[in-house]
Amino acid sequence: MSRVENDKNLVGIDLSTVDWSSFPDEKGHFGIYGGRFAAETLMDAIEELGEAYESLKNDAQFQKDYDDDLRHYVGRPSPLYHAKRWSKELGGAQIYLKREDLNHTGAHKINNTIGQALLAKHMGKPRIIAETGAGQHGVATATIAARLGLECVVYMGEVDVARQAPNVYRMKLLGAEVVPVSSGSKTLKDALNEAMRDWVTNVDNTFYCIGTVAGPHPYPMMVRDFQTIIGREAKEQCLEQTGRLPDALIACVGGGSNAIGLFHEFLPDLDVEMYGVEPAGLGLDTDKHAAPLSMAKPGVLHGNRMYLMSDEDGQVIEPHSISAGLDYPGVGPEHCFLKDTGRANYVAIKDDEAMEAFHALTRIEGIIPALESSHALAYAMKLAPTMSSDKNIIVNLSGRGDKDINTVAALEGIKL
Amino acid sequence: MSTALNNNRLTNCFKRLNASGKKALMPYITAGDSNPAITVPLMHRMVESGADIIELGIPFSDPMADGPTVQLACERALVHGTSLRDTMDMMTEFRKTDNITPVVLMGYLNPVETMGYEEFTQAASKAGVDGLLTVDLPPEEATDIVPILKAHNIDPIFLLSPTTTDERIKKISDAGSGFLYYVSLKGVTGSSALNVEEVAERVATIKSISNMTVAVGFGIKDAQSAAAVSKVSDGSIVGSAIVKIIENNIDDADTIMDQIGALLVSMRTAMDKA
Repeated sequence: MSRVENDKNLVGIDLSTVDWSSFPDEKGHFGIYGGRFAAETLMDAIEELGEAYESLKNDAQFQKDYDDDLRHYVGRPSPLYHAKRWSKELGGAQIYLKREDLNHTGAHKINNTIGQALLAKHMGKPRIIAETGAGQHGVATATIAARLGLECVVYMGEVDVARQAPNVYRMKLLGAEVVPVSSGSKTLKDALNEAMRDWVTNVDNTFYCIGTVAGPHPYPMMVRDFQTIIGREAKEQCLEQTGRLPDALIACVGGGSNAIGLFHEFLPDLDVEMYGVEPAGLGLDTDKHAAPLSMAKPGVLHGNRMYLMSDEDGQVIEPHSISAGLDYPGVGPEHCFLKDTGRANYVAIKDDEAMEAFHALTRIEGIIPALESSHALAYAMKLAPTMSSDKNIIVNLSGRGDKDINTVAALEGIKL
Repeated sequence: MSTALNNNRLTNCFKRLNASGKKALMPYITAGDSNPAITVPLMHRMVESGADIIELGIPFSDPMADGPTVQLACERALVHGTSLRDTMDMMTEFRKTDNITPVVLMGYLNPVETMGYEEFTQAASKAGVDGLLTVDLPPEEATDIVPILKAHNIDPIFLLSPTTTDERIKKISDAGSGFLYYVSLKGVTGSSALNVEEVAERVATIKSISNMTVAVGFGIKDAQSAAAVSKVSDGSIVGSAIVKIIENNIDDADTIMDQIGALLVSMRTAMDKA
């Protein structure tokens, strides 16, 4: 029996006894998830990164630089917006949108890239590399690399290069080199493979800026820490606007960085329900989805143990989602841990349901959401009507939808 | 053949080599590349051509630490659906006529973890596998599988890199058995430049910390580099240079056999002269 089969100590745990801030442990484990499953050629670089982050994360100057950038460069705090008209139309709970779409570069991704780029600068690494799916993380990395004068290379699957052309051009304008990846499914997971190969080869001068809460420790913890600003602000804003904590949180989950960013601050508040929304693609009963938490078992890929879509031989299954940013066969280890402990609920939304929500928010609130975020909005459309109008839901509007208009137009047979 | 001799093929192999003053020649192929039918005959051919230990790659969909050559080998093997279980079947077939040559399975953790550590180990042991090297499993994360492997007389093989600290060399040496696999270059498999002096220095450092046998891989592509590396270590591992021959002759099994055979003969000859 392997470790995964016999270690179920977190399932059924009494949630009120959990010290959420104690995860991950020093080896990067969230229960059986996470860890450091990396080739020996990378271990020294990963340890160096871990030490640099540990020494800087409580450094007053580093925190000040980070906070200043979030405020003056990104434009934080992002608003918490009460979508009154949409809430009324849905006829249930009040929906509040955390407007990460209003950040500089149009998504939550920049919260993390600023933190990592400052770290890269501090570690004396002149070259920064990244993988990207939808292109939002790539754009956010290229943006901060431009500002800090760092060389930037972004790996992107060929399929994503085609469906996210505006972001590819944006990255090039910002001075980044975009390398199309043609191996495997030609999407996010393959871009990650290629970025890891680059890192292994150029480890002396290169900082690998991972865009989500996955990868070898310390990435899942570090990226989470940089994204928790979302939840800290949301909590304060919600208390200010409604006088109490929200009843539910909803966020989409690909790798899971925007969701962890919103959830983490609320983990000890056990009355706040959490819903992570995975992409069900064409349906969970088909093989065209990207919903490991809903459908898969634990496995190991990209440096960590996580729920992973793989076949009975352990080969990774090529995922499918209408949204490039959610098109990933795994999910960050902390989400796996939150699922097993029962602290968060994970649900799935199909491509067509996400499209419906995309149009609804656009027409009713005048906000064009990213297709990724549209999955969270689609679940809000299901959940809100089941709750009374005095209940409040915060939905993380993790990105704006301008980048997706080509995809949406093509789906609807419209030529731009 | 006595059971004592078969007890640990890797140990016995290095003993035999030591006694005759020779170094180990260790070729790598991916199971099922370029098709499943060629793998076992190719393993026998490699032994006839001077290979001492065979590294048999388990195909994986996402070989993160490998360069394009081994990536393509995995893709070719997976086109034929070559699985971990198929790889075990090939081992069983190989052992029907060769019960001496050690074989190390090399790959990534997910197929092994999916099968389950216990089930994998039992199947591998039954198939006559001698060692397991999972590239993405450092000793820190291997505390569950190592005792299971060792209980079944399968050696857990770990990598060392140019950047591995002395402290880690000790840790890795304590966790592993069979031999230590020193990756002589930064980067992915199939990278080119090789600095023999640097390798010699690093191997000496490793040997000052560990009593284990040290084989060297990455960057060995011809007779000259195989001889140079084996002079300063206990063995030369040759991967991409062999896989490249398969890539260049995908549908021509005879040419694959002949060219790989010839490459290994030239390496063997040069190593024995060195």
